[in-house]
Amino acid sequence: MNRPQPLLAIDELHVTLPFKGQPRTVIQRVDLTVPAGSAVGLVGESGSGKSMTARAVLRLLPGGARTGGKILFDGADVTTMSPAALRKLRIHDVAMIFQDPRAHINPVRTIGDFLTEALVTTRGVRPRAAEATVTALLREVGIADAARRLRQRPSELSGGLLQRVMIAAALAAEPRLLLADEPTTALDVTTQAEVMAIIDEARAERGLAMLFITHDLALAAAVCDRIAVMYAGSVVEELPADRLHDGARHPYTRALLASRPAPGSGGSLRAIPGRPLPAYETGPGCAFGTRCSQAQEVCGAERPLPRSGGGGTTACHFPVDPLVPQATTGAGDRSTTHG
Amino acid sequence: MADSLPPPALEVTGLRKTFGDFTAVDDVALTIAPGGSLAVVGESGSGKTTTARMIAGLEKPTAGTIRLNGRGRPGVNARTSERREFAREVQMVFQDPYASLDRHQKIGDCIAEVLTLHTDLRGPARAARTAELLEQVGLDERHAASLPRALSGGQRQRVAIARALAVQPRLLVLDEAVAALDVSVQAQILTLLQHIREQTSVAYLFITHDLGIVRHICDEIAVMRHGRVVESGAADTVLTDPQHPYTRKLLDSVPVPGWKPSRVLATADTVPSVPGTEASKGDAGNRP
Ligand SMILES: Nc1ncnc2c1ncn2[C@@H]1O[C@H](COP(=O)(O)OP(=O)(O)OP(=O)(O)O)[C@@H](O)[C@H]1O
Ligand SMILES: Nc1ncnc2c1ncn2[C@@H]1O[C@H](COP(=O)(O)OP(=O)(O)OP(=O)(O)O)[C@@H](O)[C@H]1O
Ligand SMILES: [Mg+2]
Ligand SMILES: [Mg+2]
Repeated sequence: MNRPQPLLAIDELHVTLPFKGQPRTVIQRVDLTVPAGSAVGLVGESGSGKSMTARAVLRLLPGGARTGGKILFDGADVTTMSPAALRKLRIHDVAMIFQDPRAHINPVRTIGDFLTEALVTTRGVRPRAAEATVTALLREVGIADAARRLRQRPSELSGGLLQRVMIAAALAAEPRLLLADEPTTALDVTTQAEVMAIIDEARAERGLAMLFITHDLALAAAVCDRIAVMYAGSVVEELPADRLHDGARHPYTRALLASRPAPGSGGSLRAIPGRPLPAYETGPGCAFGTRCSQAQEVCGAERPLPRSGGGGTTACHFPVDPLVPQATTGAGDRSTTHG
Repeated sequence: MADSLPPPALEVTGLRKTFGDFTAVDDVALTIAPGGSLAVVGESGSGKTTTARMIAGLEKPTAGTIRLNGRGRPGVNARTSERREFAREVQMVFQDPYASLDRHQKIGDCIAEVLTLHTDLRGPARAARTAELLEQVGLDERHAASLPRALSGGQRQRVAIARALAVQPRLLVLDEAVAALDVSVQAQILTLLQHIREQTSVAYLFITHDLGIVRHICDEIAVMRHGRVVESGAADTVLTDPQHPYTRKLLDSVPVPGWKPSRVLATADTVPSVPGTEASKGDAGNRP
């Protein structure tokens, strides 16, 4: 087979952070590929390592982090890259939209300085031209009074306005890969549609690829080509986006989908019973085992490896057959408790 | 027993806020019954957070009145105890949890500190209550011993919720409080909030962009745009039979299976601002 090499290939990524002098696992195992021009959604448990995965791609992990496995961008391994190559990667190739824009935009500088600085200092664009570029971009993301916004400071902007400033900054760099960490959580749904449409256009026009972290499963299914689901530091399922709602095979994915009933269905919200585990607390078995309604003995003893089937991969000893109607996947269902 | 109705938990009238010559909040009126729950939704930048901050006493209104449980905010000359009592009645969970937590304080200490300030709990009783509050939001001792930066975005937001609940306020203002959480943890927190409301008759002002959860947590809804409330009423009615074109546009933008993002420039005034007028279906292509 002669498949083109994907723009981003993450292969058995493992990350530990030091805790009281001991390494502590925060990413157990992540395998992901993002071909040029495509969008991969990363969804899953809060605290499961989605942001860490994205940060690992830019080597922006907390101090003392140790990384195992490979992260190949256009064939070059980020984990062993020289400082010069890493700088080029961050400036020209990969842009990140951070989950918490207020923590990543200098509070004392103006929005205009923040947006134009990179264009002026690293790309040699003239200040006037840079200002015109970012003004146009701000309009694109639905900020009409761009001239006034450029003179303001972050504290004068609402959460959603600041999030859009960060999106504009990321797009201004014309990257090849966009790491978008919850880029639309602070936006109303109409503005969200606008922003996603702009990203779609960049994908179609210049082959922009995107790793899209979100909690909104319907949004992920709508804008992505493929979806990866994380739980306790591992990708537990990977599948085509249009199969998410009726083709998911991992019990965690199915329970997640069942947590949120379709709008207007009148169904109630259902949390998955039990407590999520951080990656470093998982035992030898399946990390979801203690909360899973279909777990059996082997699930507590042996960690399931990702296996392909149904157009995707699933790390589960007993993947669900989506064609067989299921009793609800344990979510809130007391009759299916697991010991 | 008085036969008169208890005063509303929150009553806001004619609320305005200007920053220089920019009007962020323009003649807003809101009412929440004791133990009631009001959702505030609307355009990004429409003044939701600014309204919430004025209600929580963090921002001074340019004009208008804010009454909590029938009382206005104590003036600068009021006794400290009176001001603290008032401050305790309304708590706010912020849109940016990182900014609202002390970077150098461990999570457990942060909750314990609030308990010391607002309750008589001390020693083991306080430690037990701290653990209980964290457990309610799905966190445990390991998180209690961590600094904010060692937590994920969603974990930090849960700390902020636990801290606000610790004070047992009469009105809890939640600004995008569950936006950073996965849907299962969201379900857990929303169920907890519902449960606490039933038990304690706390009232909620719930700011959200997620129209799908409004009916699970709120009875009433107010839709904001350009600093004003453009439509309000019972959540069921407004969400199933919206009258204002902007509300309709919002509901049409909710991603559902088969949805594709499209450009409907949000800030352009393509929708007439008169309630009840028919939304023109051609909006989408109508770019200036
Ligand atoms: N600086 C840090 N030091 C130590 N542990 C950390 C640090 N940052 C994050 N963690 C831990 O690493 C794990 C993964 O965090 P990460 O931020 O990647 O989660 P996430 O999947 O993005 O969650 P969320 O959806 O809540 O943002 C979490 O359990 C968190 O507690
Ligand atoms: N301190 C300030 N100085 C100047 N303008 C401000 C200040 N605070 C808020 N604004 C402006 O007031 C308007 C309303 O902001 P607010 O934060 O209330 O919006 P919001 O509805 O919460 O939006 P979002 O959904 O994006 O969080 C925005 O245009 C914002 O830029
Ligand atoms: Mg995150
Ligand atoms: Mg806000």
